[in-house]
Amino acid sequence: MGFREAVESGKFLITAEVGPGKGTDMHELLEDAEAIKDRIHAINVTDLQSSVMRLGSLAVSHILADKGIEPIYQLTCRDRNRLALQSDLLSAWVLGVKNVLALTGDHPVLGDHPEAMPVFDCDSVSLLQMMRTLNGGHDMAGNELNGVPDFFPGAVVNPGADAGAGLEMQLIKLEKKIEAGARFIQTQGVFELDSFEKFMKRVEGFNVPIMGGIIMLKSAGMAKFMNKNVAGISVPESQIQAMTDTDDKVKTSVEIASHLVKGMKDMCQGVHIMAIGWEKKIPMVLDEAGI
Amino acid sequence: MIVAEVKPMAEIQDTIKNYSKVLISGCGSCVTVCLSGGAQQVEVLASSLRTAAKSQGQQLEVGEETQLRQCDPMFIEQIRDKAAGYEAILSMGCGAGVQTMAETLGNIPVYPALDTVFFGGADGQGGFVETCAACGQCILSRTGGICPVARCAKSLTDGPCGGAQAGNCEVSKDTRCVWQLIYVRLFRLGQLHLLKETTPPKARRVHPARLNRAE
Repeated sequence: MGFREAVESGKFLITAEVGPGKGTDMHELLEDAEAIKDRIHAINVTDLQSSVMRLGSLAVSHILADKGIEPIYQLTCRDRNRLALQSDLLSAWVLGVKNVLALTGDHPVLGDHPEAMPVFDCDSVSLLQMMRTLNGGHDMAGNELNGVPDFFPGAVVNPGADAGAGLEMQLIKLEKKIEAGARFIQTQGVFELDSFEKFMKRVEGFNVPIMGGIIMLKSAGMAKFMNKNVAGISVPESQIQAMTDTDDKVKTSVEIASHLVKGMKDMCQGVHIMAIGWEKKIPMVLDEAGI
Repeated sequence: MIVAEVKPMAEIQDTIKNYSKVLISGCGSCVTVCLSGGAQQVEVLASSLRTAAKSQGQQLEVGEETQLRQCDPMFIEQIRDKAAGYEAILSMGCGAGVQTMAETLGNIPVYPALDTVFFGGADGQGGFVETCAACGQCILSRTGGICPVARCAKSLTDGPCGGAQAGNCEVSKDTRCVWQLIYVRLFRLGQLHLLKETTPPKARRVHPARLNRAE
């Protein structure tokens, strides 16, 4: 069953994520994708994550699609103006890429080419509107398309945004994204089920499947780094301690992730597992969560 | 106003290294207010250049003058005769001032001593902050009088990205997320509903812009 069909049939959704590397070697990425393809509905392919120059998400999405692994093409507004975004979307469609995750994108100054021009001609909301317009047979300027795509667009939200104004604005923007055509939502990494449950109460009635983000911890150091540097991430002290005390980091990481998957099964409509190089361990997480 | 800062001394020295008679020209408007290119800064730069030249055994005569507005040919005309006595001009005006001066004087090279950095206002603590991007399509009526085009690192007009941490921008922990400021202002004004409006991507302005006042 394809990702879109899974979403539309109300199945509990499972997606993972791969990040193209710096260079042309895709050996490990493809091996990881092959290892998990039967356990998931689709795999996100990141678009120069953290603004670090890498192999492109469109090419890798296309290669996955060719191999029968359904991709979710992550597309950011960081590097492309509206001409390039629309053209890349049409290119994606003819290359067999149908699911697109619309993102604003990190600022280039955070990456490895900090002098690069930040484009941001459009934002995540207008990128979603753009897909809806293309699906309707026209470009943004109102010109008719000869050959029309049928994208399945998604978007993201950060449930861990600063309480108060930060979270309120995330929710307002999420509503705009849904209004602009987002059909599925993936969240930033979640580590605490209690606060995630509160977030899910806030989005009741939004009527779009929400997939809880799960980042696999590799070490206590990684958890501390994310707490300090990644917006919306808050790994509780108990998990950091567990990763510090353990003799088997993989086992503990899988336990933490599977506990989150189990908890989310009754809270939201799916999970999006970001294993960051540990993709081959995703089946263990799902096994332990009973999925 | 236009905010500028003085270029590094080494860069200025390198620019004028082939000249022995240089006129430093200040501007009495924006760059005087932001303490970058007014009469006082002209005096300081002239004195620094003289001292440096002397210590390096170089021959350098430095003249000083400041006009009310360097971005208006009318004021530049007033120093035409004085300028003719120098091999080059080092302008302490903004980029517009340097160009107006170069265009008006024509036959004498005009070099910038400043880097023009932004349009903004005083921050109340002796510094200045960027507040306007001169985008040509003002949306301040919908953002509580706080501009996300100039003050969001990504110029987002539909609400914040997910990158803010503790209310600060993902690009700099010293900068408040402008959408945080907008939220607070709109809350106080009782206008939070404005956040729900979707802003279409701007029609990008074509450079160079022109404002005609012929009538």
